[in-house]
Amino acid sequence: MFSSISVAMHKGKTGYLVVLFSLLLSGSILISLSMGYMKISFLDIFQILAGIPAMDGGSDISPRFETFHAVVFDIRLPRILTCAAVGAALAVSGVLFQGILLNPLADPYTLGVSAGAAFGASIAILLNLSATLVSVPIFAFAGGCATLFLVLFLSYSPGNPAGGLSSNNLILSGIIVAAILSAGISFLKFIADEQVSVIIFWLMGSFASKTWPQFFLVTVFLILGFSVAIFFARDLNLISTGDRSAISLGVDLKKVTLILLITGSMLAAVSVAISGIIGFVGLLIPHMVRFLTGPDNRKLLPVSMLAGATLLLWADTITRAVLPHEIPIGVLTALIGGPVFCWIFKKSHQSR
Amino acid sequence: MLDFQEKPSISLTIMEICLEHIDFFHGDTRVLTDVTCRFSKGRFYAVLGPNGSGKTTLLDLICGFRTPKHGRILLENTPVNALSRRTVAQSISLVSQSYEVNFPFQVKEVVMMGRHPHIDRFARPSRNDRDIVDRVMEITGITHLADRQVTNLSGGEKQRCAFARALCQDTPVLLLDEAFSNMDIHHTFHLLGLVKQAVQEKGKTVIAVLHDVNLAAGFSHDMLFLKQGRIAAMGDTQSVLTQKNIQTVFNVTSKVEYNAYVQALQVYFKPS
Repeated sequence: MFSSISVAMHKGKTGYLVVLFSLLLSGSILISLSMGYMKISFLDIFQILAGIPAMDGGSDISPRFETFHAVVFDIRLPRILTCAAVGAALAVSGVLFQGILLNPLADPYTLGVSAGAAFGASIAILLNLSATLVSVPIFAFAGGCATLFLVLFLSYSPGNPAGGLSSNNLILSGIIVAAILSAGISFLKFIADEQVSVIIFWLMGSFASKTWPQFFLVTVFLILGFSVAIFFARDLNLISTGDRSAISLGVDLKKVTLILLITGSMLAAVSVAISGIIGFVGLLIPHMVRFLTGPDNRKLLPVSMLAGATLLLWADTITRAVLPHEIPIGVLTALIGGPVFCWIFKKSHQSR
Repeated sequence: MLDFQEKPSISLTIMEICLEHIDFFHGDTRVLTDVTCRFSKGRFYAVLGPNGSGKTTLLDLICGFRTPKHGRILLENTPVNALSRRTVAQSISLVSQSYEVNFPFQVKEVVMMGRHPHIDRFARPSRNDRDIVDRVMEITGITHLADRQVTNLSGGEKQRCAFARALCQDTPVLLLDEAFSNMDIHHTFHLLGLVKQAVQEKGKTVIAVLHDVNLAAGFSHDMLFLKQGRIAAMGDTQSVLTQKNIQTVFNVTSKVEYNAYVQALQVYFKPS
């Protein structure tokens, strides 16, 4: 009796959190749409989104409305939605990495995916392929994937219960590969001459001039990645309690670990490819959401996804519409996220 | 007492586990050499041996955590590796030495994880699952800890939590690897008593790695001595718990005699 009530309460609580964070995200999108160089009232935004053209007294669509329509649909909405999708992808990726690596301090970039993507992007920029616009993300994505497979190759040993994909092996391989790649990036910057500023700006991340195709790309990855993650969420709970218990409780550890690592890395790689390196979202969001939901990944994953989207959207809105000059989003998240993390970290291990 | 099935079990009824000529290497180090033995239904086996003699590896092999280099392990005539992880988990549970959990799960969540192999992927725990969890928490004495975070418990409490999780798995075979190392005397005897009762009344099989020879002598039907990865002696406790075996395996002189109070053989060591 008692346990059934508490189960129901937990279930209900997660439901509330999902609804609450969905509302928060929708509200944030609307508010963010109205903010910017050109202020647009909520009434106009509702009309634009609902497709009701505002008439200019008579029967003509007002020119002011047409401008607003273009600003909302061609500039702000793709940027805002891409940003939310990337925030969501990074948060889901962070949850996966923290669970698999048994380490609440892991993040989507622990395996060096970001360094690989940055290396790929730097090459594309250096070879002056940036003119084609598509090639930088493609190179970045390819770099991220190549790094993942190199790290998996270094860690893999078939005789091991977890296929050698233990947290120590993975973290170590990730650090080594990332170190080599960042030396590579430094070298590319060194020989890049005047292109160096392009590389540096790309690395710091930005959502400026994002387009609908980019949003759809991230969203496809997000939907696939989240579905895989939630499918294995209960297995991930067991994995996060240790190898032996996971296997003795019936988890196919090698297979599930590999699938989830690839899923998490793909989410990270596509995020970096689209918007550059944005730190701390994947680390901080799962950490903060765990205070609300507990470590059960079935609750942690959906709430983190929504919270990650909302948080990154606000970070981008601040840099886009509040600050006098747009500063790179990666710099902003690190400047805000870093100190917040320090505070949470200090607090959480003092309370023990 | 530890049989929770209301309907006939879908899992295998394990009558016998056979290990045939098992060799296992840890990297280049030989851990087990030509281990051949048989564990039967309704017996309590104690595994004894010095540090590094391969006790944990033996349990890891039986539950499919590791695969032997040579030889095979048969559950009821089927090789363990041929079975799905889930089927194995419905037949064999393990309380491992490491009970540390890095994430702040609540105790009742950890115990419920024991039902994992019995619950379908997207199904919610049934009435029966929740009843089992409640009863196991009660008999392992952790009901009052149900809502606490497992990361904040003492070593012994964490170990009882891991023990409860394995009991919830409700398997015909239970492997215990130093499962009492951090528990007080009361909990050790209480849980060993429960397990022994389940062996006798429900025909479960228990294979327990124990360091305390006298605890092993008091509860086990059979003993298996491991030394440097080989079976030094195996048989019923009465016949293999001898001064000679203890001398060979542990290199310690002792005296073994029947103790009327314990109602079992006991081993005495002389402090030198």
